[in-house]
Amino acid sequence: MSPAPERRLTRDWDDPSVIGIDGYRAKGGYEALKNALNMEAAAIIDTVKASGLRGRGGAGFPAGVKWSFVPTNTGKPTYVVVNFDESEPGTCNNRELVERDPHRLLEGTAIAALAIGCRTAFIYVRGEYLAQGLILEKAIAEAREAGFLGTGIGGSHVDLDIVLHRGAGAYICGEETALLNSLEGLRGQPRLRPPFPAVEGLYAAPTVINNVETLMSVPDIVLRGPEWFREFGTEKSPGTKVFTISGKVERPGNYELPLGTPLRVLLEDVAGGVLNGRSLKAWTPGGSSTPLLTAEHIDTPLDYESVAAAGSLLGTGAVMVLDDTDCVVDAAQRMTRFYAHESCGKCTPCREGTWWAERVLGRIADGYGKPEDLPVMADMGKHIMFRAFCALADGAASVIDSSLKHFHEEFEEHVRLGRCPLRLEHAEVAV
Amino acid sequence: MALFEGERLEEAKGILGRYPEGRERSAIMPLLYLAQSIEGHISRDGLKEVAGLLDLTTAEVEAVASFYSMFRLRPTGTHVVSVCTNLACMLRGARDIYEAAHEAAGMRHGQELSEDQLITLHEEECLGVCDFAPVVQVNFANHDLVTPERIREVISALRGGDVPEPSRGGPRVKSFKSASRVLAGLEEAPA
Repeated sequence: MSPAPERRLTRDWDDPSVIGIDGYRAKGGYEALKNALNMEAAAIIDTVKASGLRGRGGAGFPAGVKWSFVPTNTGKPTYVVVNFDESEPGTCNNRELVERDPHRLLEGTAIAALAIGCRTAFIYVRGEYLAQGLILEKAIAEAREAGFLGTGIGGSHVDLDIVLHRGAGAYICGEETALLNSLEGLRGQPRLRPPFPAVEGLYAAPTVINNVETLMSVPDIVLRGPEWFREFGTEKSPGTKVFTISGKVERPGNYELPLGTPLRVLLEDVAGGVLNGRSLKAWTPGGSSTPLLTAEHIDTPLDYESVAAAGSLLGTGAVMVLDDTDCVVDAAQRMTRFYAHESCGKCTPCREGTWWAERVLGRIADGYGKPEDLPVMADMGKHIMFRAFCALADGAASVIDSSLKHFHEEFEEHVRLGRCPLRLEHAEVAV
Repeated sequence: MALFEGERLEEAKGILGRYPEGRERSAIMPLLYLAQSIEGHISRDGLKEVAGLLDLTTAEVEAVASFYSMFRLRPTGTHVVSVCTNLACMLRGARDIYEAAHEAAGMRHGQELSEDQLITLHEEECLGVCDFAPVVQVNFANHDLVTPERIREVISALRGGDVPEPSRGGPRVKSFKSASRVLAGLEEAPA
């Protein structure tokens, strides 16, 4: 039996003093780094492996395993790159984690650097996070001043610096190999894998790329141990996770809950239920790239395995809620427009597919859809899925496939009536 | 007149120094931000000068600059107003905000820059502020829970020469140029 849920990663969110290094240290900050400085690199990796911490950026790959892939005998430097390009629609947990507890990110990054022998780490922050970049710059300066970054960190003989690098408005740079290209001063387009970044990443050197929340989970794991981390969550999805919930809910926000918490608890108990007492129609479990689920799936536990079993993906844990007044065709069209806009243009199925899908969905939404448009849309996913360098277009296909799967009748109605069936209905209600 | 000279050249050299030796090309993005902070957008000359600093061709620099939406290769307003209309904001009324912003700025649909060159207005993809949707950024500073009335006030304040206070204590960024300087990593807090 798990203990009663408690806030762990977000426990100091109500205490603004931790934003500064003195406040952070007063709460035990940088103690984990001091411990890690006295550990063998292999022991750090083993600890993180034992915790079962999975990457919070979407794919859920075990962080410790990722670190263990990095060869340290190549004669090249190794790099830790923090992926703070948080751009998945509906996702803002990394933003708030950094706003409220920036030093925890630096500490987690430093521990990861020790684990793979890295001397220069990079934080890639999306350009639109101007304010959060400033917070990190200040934190880095403070950590340098206090001797936790720079030469001989924490009184050891280890040198480490963290360089902040700002993106410039490209969703694709959240994809790790596109991010590396961007950081190298190239267009942010994904690379062919293999070689994987662990072997040939930044500047063709071994590189670990982790999400913000993943790295922020590391200091507690080092300090309190893997068993402590596993007190919450499930066997395969251990720990707590900061979920974002937005759209048609009473209290949108970021909430930390154990992995495996059912959507019902997040939506009804934590976020106050669907806005204005309406009913749940559809929701994304992890941003717009994860297949839509419906009210039928409200008891799905939010962990990697259960969400996959329900036909979707946990992704970034970003729940966007549509209520019964929201048009699924309209939502699907808007999400598809995003992918068409953000497609980097490298791969034909993505570049052409997202562009055409946006147009076809647009005409259906506007009431000019043709009956043959529906089979074309239904067929499209399989020509896109897994046929590009990265998963961007898979996200676009997921939106279309899942909305057609669960709401086929609503699409048919649009074509049959030549308009959105919901809009007129609700206009009449309003009169 | 060269963009990078005197103090600006020193700043550009400082930016180059952030990256490992031999990896100066990584500085291209902050250098483009620096060029943008001087001119208000990135001109042909800006591209050339960045290329000169990095020993690249202008085409190589343009290939990078044109990839990213936050690098502006055309004349841009003193202030950039970005209205998020992605799903989380759309569900909370973002389309009305976008309409109201156009109307308040006296701009036609499809028009991006106001006649007086004061405001560049555009629809934006998810800004990562879904917890306070609908959200608008003015020079990349967040304005949360925006209503049509509030966006009219924001536009009118900009017209009156005042940059409204952002939400949740965020930095007040006085112009797009100033934002670009912050994004080049050259300001602790925006001037």
